[in-house]
Amino acid sequence: MKYAPSRSSLLMAPALAWLAALMVVPCALVLALAFFRRGIYGGIEYTFTLENFGLVFDPLYAGIFLNSARIAGTATLVAVVIGYAAAYAIAAAPRRWQPVFLFFAVLPFWSNYLIRTYAWIVLLNREGLITQLLRWFGYTGEPPSMLYTEGAVIAGLVYNYLPFVILACYAPLSRLNPELAEASRDLGASAATTFRRVILPLTVPGIAAGAVFVFVLSIGNFVTPALLGGGRFQMIGNLVYDQFLTANDWPFGAALAMALIAIMLLVLMAQALAANRASGHASQAGGDTDG
Amino acid sequence: MSEPRTLLAIDKVSKNFGRVTAVDGISLDIRENEFFALLGPSGCGKTTLLRMLAGFETPNDGRILLDGRDIAKIPPNKRPVNLMFQSYALFPHMSVRANVSYGLEMERLPAPEIRSRVDAILATTELAPFADRKPEQLSGGQKQRVALARALVKRPRLLLLDEPLGALDKKLRGAMQLELKRLQHEVGITFVIVTHDQEESLVMADRMAVLKDGKLLQCDTPHAIYEHPADRFVADFIGVMNFVPGKAATDGVVAANGARISGKVPATLSPGASAVASVRPERIRLFPEAQTVNRTTGTVEALAYQGLDLQLHVRTPLSPKPFLVRVTADAADRRPVLSGDRVELGWDAADVRIFAE
Repeated sequence: MKYAPSRSSLLMAPALAWLAALMVVPCALVLALAFFRRGIYGGIEYTFTLENFGLVFDPLYAGIFLNSARIAGTATLVAVVIGYAAAYAIAAAPRRWQPVFLFFAVLPFWSNYLIRTYAWIVLLNREGLITQLLRWFGYTGEPPSMLYTEGAVIAGLVYNYLPFVILACYAPLSRLNPELAEASRDLGASAATTFRRVILPLTVPGIAAGAVFVFVLSIGNFVTPALLGGGRFQMIGNLVYDQFLTANDWPFGAALAMALIAIMLLVLMAQALAANRASGHASQAGGDTDG
Repeated sequence: MSEPRTLLAIDKVSKNFGRVTAVDGISLDIRENEFFALLGPSGCGKTTLLRMLAGFETPNDGRILLDGRDIAKIPPNKRPVNLMFQSYALFPHMSVRANVSYGLEMERLPAPEIRSRVDAILATTELAPFADRKPEQLSGGQKQRVALARALVKRPRLLLLDEPLGALDKKLRGAMQLELKRLQHEVGITFVIVTHDQEESLVMADRMAVLKDGKLLQCDTPHAIYEHPADRFVADFIGVMNFVPGKAATDGVVAANGARISGKVPATLSPGASAVASVRPERIRLFPEAQTVNRTTGTVEALAYQGLDLQLHVRTPLSPKPFLVRVTADAADRRPVLSGDRVELGWDAADVRIFAE
């Protein structure tokens, strides 16, 4: 046991080196970039400034941040409702079928993100599958405009991140002792009350983990809004992309990226703190059982 | 004593899961205020029967009458019956008080009444000092009492207990057996307990039912079942029994070696049929009087000292298994027996029970 610490740090070294080289260093470079000025003909002028961060709070850009948060929040809400219901159904299925259903739930992950998102264009296109289906049922009016709407962006985000929610919610649901629900019924609770007072509170950690995942991945996403939103519903991801590749304003792009990372870190930290407090209670509780 | 009132009548109830028949036409009457035990080996249908009483399973056939009303199709949250789960099923995110209050909140009782009833039951079950703890902060015995308090506070007509002592260690189990009986007496609620532990039901139950393969074998007081088992299975399952296989005669059983064990032969057993004569270890005497009708000699193979008494394993020509004989510590002191000794065993015809093999 004596040299366990050094041995475990040795085992961690490759992962740490990988993270440092490919995560921390680039992030530090981008952070540094944010403190410089944009050159007159693009490029970077190496004089220190805080202007870029001031610009982040400009109503125009702050509005895009809020818009991103709203779209990501809506996608999170929809994904949690659908994902929780699916996880509940899988956990309630016979034991031997559960791995099969889970396999199908994560099956989309086996194909490329971009291809999956293009598939939605085929579906939502003015002359796409949904419109054709409506025609087949006798619909003759104007084809509905579904693509390049905020709804399309939300649908794309929900579709892409739903498996995370299903997996995150399935874990606590499948571990739940079914006798707890029976005990609640036995004590006089209806099925709805049992869900609200027993099942839901005990599976909140899974919901939180899944929700944070969807929110963090959605708010920084730029592929889905670019393809399904048609650039009309710019999210922060698109803005950062534009600054680097179109506007050629790397310092401002870097400041925006840092602001985005800060938001993500705040959300992740809040979730970690909450989860830590929940488990901290448990371990503290375990300590004085003998008392 | 007045005629005891029937609280729960189980009337030809059957339940099958697909092709498996879990409960097969069981009829039972459970009386007001009694401590009733459903006893049987695992898979005998006792838990399924209990779950039908609680409302978690619906019988395929038959009726379950509580106070004369058929409750077979009433959902669990609408019947005046509560179940104490084998796993206790305490809500882990709620304190002891919240767990116990839950059932009364579901009845939408006024808050002061909930408070006073919860306080009272926490006092009865000696849980008041732990009211604010979470279940994970409790010992096994404390958890068991919370589960009990949570069910009792509802003042059900019938309290069902699924292997209530199964998760406790042996010493605590003994104490809780008496504690459960005391509580049952104090609250005046009918208890139906499911157990596979025959000793437990002998100690606790006023009456008990022995089940096997979904069928009811015998229902009576522990004393009556112990002394007059209905068949060979019950005789073997309840307590310890010595069996002598052989053929039925008019006044007993003729063992394989030709020895005759005298006893009352049931009318259903025709002479010559395969039969077993049986006798309890505590009915066998070492060095019997001359007039004792049933006797044999054997060699002591092992001695087990158990404090109150001494258990001997005696190899006899009567049966392939050694005879178990219980001698009081007192008698053993007066005439010591050692392993390897030749001993004479004897027992009365009145203590012999004869069953079809």
